[in-house]
Amino acid sequence: MLQSYVPILLLFVLAALFALFSVTIAPYVGPRRYNKAKLDAYECGIEPSPQPVVGGGRMPVAYYLTAMLFILFDIEMVFLYPFAVSADALGLFGLVEIALFIATVGFAYAYVWRRGGLDWN
Amino acid sequence: MSTMVLPTAADPAVSVLAAGLAQVPQMDYRAVLPVLVVLGAACVGVLFEAFLPRPRRWLWQVALTVAALLAAGVALYAYLGDAPAQGVKTFAGTLSIDRPALFLWGTLLVLGLGAVLLIADRSVEPGGYFVAQAAIRPGTQQDRAQAAGANMHTEVFPLALFALGGMMVFCAANDLLTMFVALEVLSLPLYLLCGLARRRRLLSQESAVKYFLLGAFASAFFLYGLALLYGYAGSVKLADIAAAAGGTNRSDTLLFAGLGLLAVGLLFKGSVGPFHTWTPDVYQGAPTPVTAFMAACTKVAAFGGLLRVLTVAFKATSWEWRGVLWAVAIISMVIGAVLGLTQRDVKRMIAYSSVAHAGFLLIGAIALTEQGLSGTMFYLLAYGFTTLAAFAVVGLVRTGEGEATHLSQWAGLAKRSPLLAGVFTFLLLSLAGIPLTSGFVGKFVVFSAALADGMAPLVVIALVMSAVAAFFYLRVIVLMYFSEPAADGPTVTVPGVFTAAAITLGVLVTLLLGVWPAFALDWAGSGGFAL
Repeated sequence: MLQSYVPILLLFVLAALFALFSVTIAPYVGPRRYNKAKLDAYECGIEPSPQPVVGGGRMPVAYYLTAMLFILFDIEMVFLYPFAVSADALGLFGLVEIALFIATVGFAYAYVWRRGGLDWN
Repeated sequence: MSTMVLPTAADPAVSVLAAGLAQVPQMDYRAVLPVLVVLGAACVGVLFEAFLPRPRRWLWQVALTVAALLAAGVALYAYLGDAPAQGVKTFAGTLSIDRPALFLWGTLLVLGLGAVLLIADRSVEPGGYFVAQAAIRPGTQQDRAQAAGANMHTEVFPLALFALGGMMVFCAANDLLTMFVALEVLSLPLYLLCGLARRRRLLSQESAVKYFLLGAFASAFFLYGLALLYGYAGSVKLADIAAAAGGTNRSDTLLFAGLGLLAVGLLFKGSVGPFHTWTPDVYQGAPTPVTAFMAACTKVAAFGGLLRVLTVAFKATSWEWRGVLWAVAIISMVIGAVLGLTQRDVKRMIAYSSVAHAGFLLIGAIALTEQGLSGTMFYLLAYGFTTLAAFAVVGLVRTGEGEATHLSQWAGLAKRSPLLAGVFTFLLLSLAGIPLTSGFVGKFVVFSAALADGMAPLVVIALVMSAVAAFFYLRVIVLMYFSEPAADGPTVTVPGVFTAAAITLGVLVTLLLGVWPAFALDWAGSGGFAL
């Protein structure tokens, strides 16, 4: 029974070895081009610290809203892919179900759009 | 490597897709129509929010919500006559619409209607109990302006409908995954609703965050339990888990660890001690109509789900786990009754009372007999109406700064408003379980079911704790009638039509079930879970 876990264990070992290998080898073979972005926590996006002085050190809430909306509609796509692949097999029933699903997400979209959730300011 | 299982053509899911013959699941739309009406109306409510101008939203939302609840009730009533006695399983076996599910749906719809009436009220608090713009920072200039304004977030109506739809699915869910989805559908709107109070906004937001964090934690417990049970039985269906537990020599560790974690998630939602820690803070901080909604409806849903899981999936192994739930019931009753004594805030006091009542309910839920099932469901019905009306009354006692919930402010209230004091006294007596109220009948049927199932020691403890809890109910009554009112005490608002209707509904049902419980008991006992 425990033997069935051997592949998982191997995968862990492999992952650890790969990480170790990448970190060790990178300084020797990689190019070294230092600039300001390299020293930031993230190479793109806003700096988490020190916090911006404007607005009392807080992030604009619009980032949060946009991220939430992105997740919402991203998940919609996640569901559409498997449907598209097996649309034949699912037939009319599947089509109606996915239409209902899109309609439901559409209500949320209408709400966001009409109430200004898509405007940056 | 050879032991790895790969999907093959023999696997039904794969072969069905390969052959292009996906089965359309059997769907009994008539049976689930009440749920579809509630969830559909919630979607329409979202569209109302999107396209109606602000001044017209309140009227349309109230009309839609009340109409939806009435229509769902009519659909339920129309189905009731033709419903097969043993129930139907539909939506590929994920929903089981049997007698207990129909009873709980009816209970939820009527309690939901009462709660929606409270939510819609704009006479008690000018503009309504809810904030106009939740995004405005509390305590700022704009916040003071909006507190005086006549607007409110009308999103609360679709949110309440979504929560109610989730609760209805939760009671009827026949597999753990559906149950989990329903749990989230009922929980997420409640987290939001808790944070939308017009007054004492920081307290309200704090309660929402607490409820959200602890609720997410409890959901994680539920999911972990679900995963372990799936590992044990190879299925998330309740009946399959029962079958797997019945005739195998598999290790029981997964089964009971899974049940334990699952039970934590369910008991949390039912605010059973020691998983109750969120209850006082959230009940106190949330807008009072939302507190009433949670206290009445969430409890019905949580215990409906717990009853089904225990009865359908774990009845055969009950002698293994029952001792643990004995202990939980005792802890819940003791915490509710003893800590209730020390409370100085009316809403917190009723919150601890709800923890004690959850303990009583759990006694009925672990009886696992027909009597236990019908008794627990009757108790849920009775308790729901009483607590709904009690919170509605609490909302009426106000000072210029909002609700006066501190007990000292309730001193001598009978001299200011004999009617309100009389109604509240009646409701407190019902919560204490005095004869001629529904609380007495509820306790009687639950305790006698427990006695018949050989749980005499538990019943004795429950009776002692009822007596302890009666003390703090009586203390409020004494305070209202035999104390001098303070000079700058709160005033009693004359309720508008909606709140008056909700209180009348609660009081009438409390009285009716107290003097003539037979019809509700008959309905509650008309059939068991579809196995």
